Amino acid sequence: MIEAHNLTKTFRDKKRGTIRAADNISFRVQPGQIYGLLGANGAGKTTTLRLLATLLSPTDGGATVAGFDVAREPEKVRANVGFLAASTALYARLTAREMIAYFGRLNGMTDDAVRVRIKQISAELDMDDFLDRRCDKFSTGMKQKTSIARTLVHDPAVMIFDEPTLGLDVMTARAIVKFVRDCRARGKTVIYSTHVMSEVEKLCDVIGIIHDGKLLAEGTLADLRVRHSEQDMEEIFVKIVGGEGTK
Amino acid sequence: MNWSNIVTVYLKELKDSLRDRRTLMSTIIIPALVMPLLTFGVGKVMSVVMKKAQEDIPTVAILGGTDSPAVVTALKKSPKLRVVASPMDWKQAIGDKKLRVAVEIPPGFEAGLKAGSAPSVKVFNYTGELKSENGTRVVERFLIDLRDQTIADRLAEHSLPKTLARPFEFKRENVAPPEKVGGNLFGGFVPYLIIILCFSGAMYPAMDLTAGEKERGTMETLLCSPVARVDIVLGKFLMVLTGSLSAMCFMLVSMGATAAIGGSLMMGGGGAATKVGIGAATPARATMDVIPMIDPLGLVGVLAMVFPVAVMFSAVAFTVALFAKSYKEAQSYLAPMMIVVIMPAVVGMLPGIDLNARLALVPLLNLSLVCKEMLSGVWHWDYIALIFGSSCVYAAVALALAVRMFSREDVIFRA
Repeated sequence: MIEAHNLTKTFRDKKRGTIRAADNISFRVQPGQIYGLLGANGAGKTTTLRLLATLLSPTDGGATVAGFDVAREPEKVRANVGFLAASTALYARLTAREMIAYFGRLNGMTDDAVRVRIKQISAELDMDDFLDRRCDKFSTGMKQKTSIARTLVHDPAVMIFDEPTLGLDVMTARAIVKFVRDCRARGKTVIYSTHVMSEVEKLCDVIGIIHDGKLLAEGTLADLRVRHSEQDMEEIFVKIVGGEGTK
Repeated sequence: MNWSNIVTVYLKELKDSLRDRRTLMSTIIIPALVMPLLTFGVGKVMSVVMKKAQEDIPTVAILGGTDSPAVVTALKKSPKLRVVASPMDWKQAIGDKKLRVAVEIPPGFEAGLKAGSAPSVKVFNYTGELKSENGTRVVERFLIDLRDQTIADRLAEHSLPKTLARPFEFKRENVAPPEKVGGNLFGGFVPYLIIILCFSGAMYPAMDLTAGEKERGTMETLLCSPVARVDIVLGKFLMVLTGSLSAMCFMLVSMGATAAIGGSLMMGGGGAATKVGIGAATPARATMDVIPMIDPLGLVGVLAMVFPVAVMFSAVAFTVALFAKSYKEAQSYLAPMMIVVIMPAVVGMLPGIDLNARLALVPLLNLSLVCKEMLSGVWHWDYIALIFGSSCVYAAVALALAVRMFSREDVIFRA
């Protein structure tokens, strides 16, 4: 489970002064649920997810992930999180097997446990053909599969996806979406950030709309449609964030 | 701090670095090749050039001397000189390297000699030009021999013994052991090379493991793992230190091998160079009655003194590179630092700068000076302790800074 309470992160910028990248954000994600964090570029999605993954520490407020506090127990939080983002790349000079094994060991797994897990994941993701090839020779699809395997190696209870389909072709993006659904089916707590409306409509059980660091609206797709008298997610989003002169 | 995690990070970085050509070049290939290249490559080329210049029979123009036929004839007969007709503009000819030397014999030179006056002969050359300098030496040797012969003739004329003009002889003989001679000759140069290689060995892994990872997007991947930041820093730092120390070790091993091979060649292939004798293949050997060597104990001392400096270099290179967003930016920060590193090492090589309590606290310069002493067999234990202690403090501060920088979000996620 993920619970964020007034999660706030400020940065200082020489030109723009203090920026509130995440401003009093509160939400809850249950196991077996996909929470979609929808926002434009620079809305604060990545900062929020980095706070949950303990890559950044909150300026104010807090959150618990899998029962651990992000500020006080960051290592325990990370041990229970699989974080996949467009910005989390692979070590080009390692093979897929070495890459997955490295992260298995970093998660405290024994060599035997890592071996068994790699065999299992490789079969699941159909990676056998390229498992012992170096990552710098991989196609985008192979890279994505290896990244997924890296996030799954320690079988985390919580999955955080930060725009995982960014820049991917349709087939690879579909594979990612399928993988996210599988995570939900396995009872994992999933948070998924995107600015692609169709992905939110297809995937998410609960949608949070974030803009200028603030969580402006939250609810199921059906709730949001009723609340804003719109069927199209894009129209709902524009209404909420106050775009196109509706402000 | 979890040592198991530190070792996991270190082993991964080691594997990764061994597959990186740039790191291999800076930590293994260049250090291993620098001494053989300097000795057998540049040294060989230099000795060939010197030998060729020495074998070249210099062209000499005689200015005047029409009333001194004996001297002119003796000059012309000398097998070490080639007397040519004096060109109109002989100064220009020397400047253009068409003529090596001009000798001006004053009017009435021979008559003056007989009369007992002291006529002055002038030798014109191109100062600094190798072949002209060689020609000058040959001409001067000729004139010294002529003067000695004149003295001998005059003494014989008056039935006086030769010892009147040369009452005693003297001979130079080295009594310092080969290790001290070697230490004195190369004591400044060896630490200079070690300091440069230690830093360049740390530079490339440091850039690759910090700014390189940020640029490639793997830093964020790594930070997602449950490993504490301090463990990541220490694992990575150990890899940078490995790069620094391996550059130094490969250089020393290659230096020893070069010296052994060079020494064997000097001793006629008899394998007599049992100690590390890097001077064996240098031109300086030609004028010595001893093969300069480096004291192995001094070398062990140098290694011990270099260790905290390698730690400091690794931590500083790591911290500076960590601040950069890309490999290229890290390069632009670290490349100028090489000058900062070289400067104290160069100052340490200068003659006349001796170790004292104040200089013992100046990083790098203290290392350079103490290494020079240790390689010459001088062991000032109070300075050694002060330098080792201060180097350890500097290294600890640099490492603490690296850990602190790695914990800063604005550095790790610098946009």
